[in-house]
Amino acid sequence: MQFNRDELLGAYRRMKTIRAFEERLHDEIKTGEIAGFTHLYAGQEAVAVGICDQLTVDDKIVSTHRGHGHCIAKGCDVKGMMKEIYGKAGGLCKGRGGSMHIADLEVGMLGANGIVGGGAPQAVGAAIAARLQGKGRVGIAFSGDGACNQGTTFEAMNLAVVTKVPAIFVFENNHYSEHTGDAYAVGTSNDIASRAEGFGMKAWRANGCDYFDTYSTFAQLLEYVRAGNGPAAIELDTERFYGHFEGDPQRYRGKGELDRLREERDCLKAFRARVTEAVLLSADELDAIDSEVEALIDEAVAEARADDLPDPAGVADDVYVEYY
Amino acid sequence: MAVMNIREAIVSTLHAEMERDEDIIVLGEDVVGGNGTAGGPEAIGGIWGTSPGLWEKFGPERVIDTPISESAIIGAAAGAALSGKRPVAELMFADFVGVSLDQIWNQMAKFRYMFGGKTKCPAVVRLVYGAGMQTAAQHSQSVYAMLTSMPGLKVVLPTTPADAKGLLTEALRGDDPVMFFEHKTLYGVKGEVPDGDFRQRFGEARVVREGGDVTVVACGRMVSFSEKAADKLGADGIGMDLLDLRTTSPLDEDAILESVEQTGRLVVVDESPPRCSLAADIAAMVSERAFTSLKAPPAMVTAPHSPIPFARNLERAWVPSPQKIEDAVRRVLAFR
Repeated sequence: MQFNRDELLGAYRRMKTIRAFEERLHDEIKTGEIAGFTHLYAGQEAVAVGICDQLTVDDKIVSTHRGHGHCIAKGCDVKGMMKEIYGKAGGLCKGRGGSMHIADLEVGMLGANGIVGGGAPQAVGAAIAARLQGKGRVGIAFSGDGACNQGTTFEAMNLAVVTKVPAIFVFENNHYSEHTGDAYAVGTSNDIASRAEGFGMKAWRANGCDYFDTYSTFAQLLEYVRAGNGPAAIELDTERFYGHFEGDPQRYRGKGELDRLREERDCLKAFRARVTEAVLLSADELDAIDSEVEALIDEAVAEARADDLPDPAGVADDVYVEYY
Repeated sequence: MAVMNIREAIVSTLHAEMERDEDIIVLGEDVVGGNGTAGGPEAIGGIWGTSPGLWEKFGPERVIDTPISESAIIGAAAGAALSGKRPVAELMFADFVGVSLDQIWNQMAKFRYMFGGKTKCPAVVRLVYGAGMQTAAQHSQSVYAMLTSMPGLKVVLPTTPADAKGLLTEALRGDDPVMFFEHKTLYGVKGEVPDGDFRQRFGEARVVREGGDVTVVACGRMVSFSEKAADKLGADGIGMDLLDLRTTSPLDEDAILESVEQTGRLVVVDESPPRCSLAADIAAMVSERAFTSLKAPPAMVTAPHSPIPFARNLERAWVPSPQKIEDAVRRVLAFR
């Protein structure tokens, strides 16, 4: 596939923004200023960005508890997200949702989800709506190797197949469902795509640590679904660089595993090497983006710290649209 | 005014509203029926006969037969609602809430709040509920109290054809998730239904009787059972204020409190076991807010703390009866 300079710069910026956002959270959580559960997406950036770079705002995605990457890739405001994670009034969800419940319907991000497997049926609903709209739009469920074992995911895949709606099931196999390996928990010999095929849909497989492979493989899938062929699935082989949640001691990791993953399976490193070796972008250009992104994250954290707490008087607001 | 039964009121309202608003879609098991069979689509038109003709008129993209996958049905409704549609999802039996609860409780009920009030989820879930047809422990329950306890949901229980039309129309035009309970023994209840555009506001109890001696609060099938009790009590000169709640969320607390302030005596009738029930909820609310008006402890007429049995006589023993309602009224009136 051919990418122009702006596309490459944009893709790198979005992946770098996710990485910097997550790494900064990893550090800030240790200060005790951020409470609750935070599940970091670092390591999987090529999946969210490689896919969302091909979507419009009218294509809807549903995300997971590990949702920051999907939010940023789909266009959620980074500062609003940071404020949300800090539990502040200016947060994208007014401090009511927190890390696991970030949504922005205006950019087609229907919500992160604290329930593993909660999103897949909702993507089918988005696909039902998309088909009625008749403009080739799609509904996408991001799921992990954990969610691939939930009944909701099975039901959603079957419903999508029998109703022939433009739903896309993206399985990000980072090889750990919480603290259990896919070699144990995914009964189909750690192969998730074959399950989707078993439900009667076409499935693709790609290297989820490679932006270009993810992008080009998903492009084929997207063309197939947009053309009205019904649902499809893709399994991305990817890695998470942190624990299941922040604070996870990760005793399940092999010796030197994280160092090896950072060395061999870092999508940002791979992207940088590929585009500089091909002389498509210079190291200086990428370094400049790194600096800009770090500055943005610095600002986001500073603004989140300075923002007001939500007003407790509104604790029970927005439960309903219409009250009686 | 046309005379029709509750089933007909629901069918005609669905037809009228789907014609009026192209964003309304219907999905559920056998809402069409017959897909993939020799008989072909519309072989059934809804197991309860509440969706005939929809598929033929509005087509397979708006009237969607689903596999037996309740989580996917409700979840797809939630996702479609977030995407600008107004889905009507049918749960063939309210008991199947158990299969799909996460999508109701953790998902559609909470979207608006969790997402900072910037979204809405205008989904209607139709739930067929209630005992009385010997459908036993897993197909007879009245699970409205459980859903009433969940912030973000509205809970609706029509008992007349007019209310079926008015409340369903209100549900379909509102922007919140609505749990629309249809009692399986009430589908054939006939009555006058206003023509044309007719909406019944939520949170307004229907005053069925005004008698002044005792306040009886009921919903669903228990309303007609309370009327039977009222007829017998009336023969003895005892007058009943009977309120049909219409909706349990929102709850018309004012109507209940105003009546109790006049009568000083409360009986709550609830077709479900007593613990954490609607009866307990209303009795507690009245005890807290109208304590000085009460002349007797509130009485709860409920089913026993047991699953619903199959055998005809056992099921009848389980369901609160007009006799039990009558006895409870006499008991609170005799309290000194």
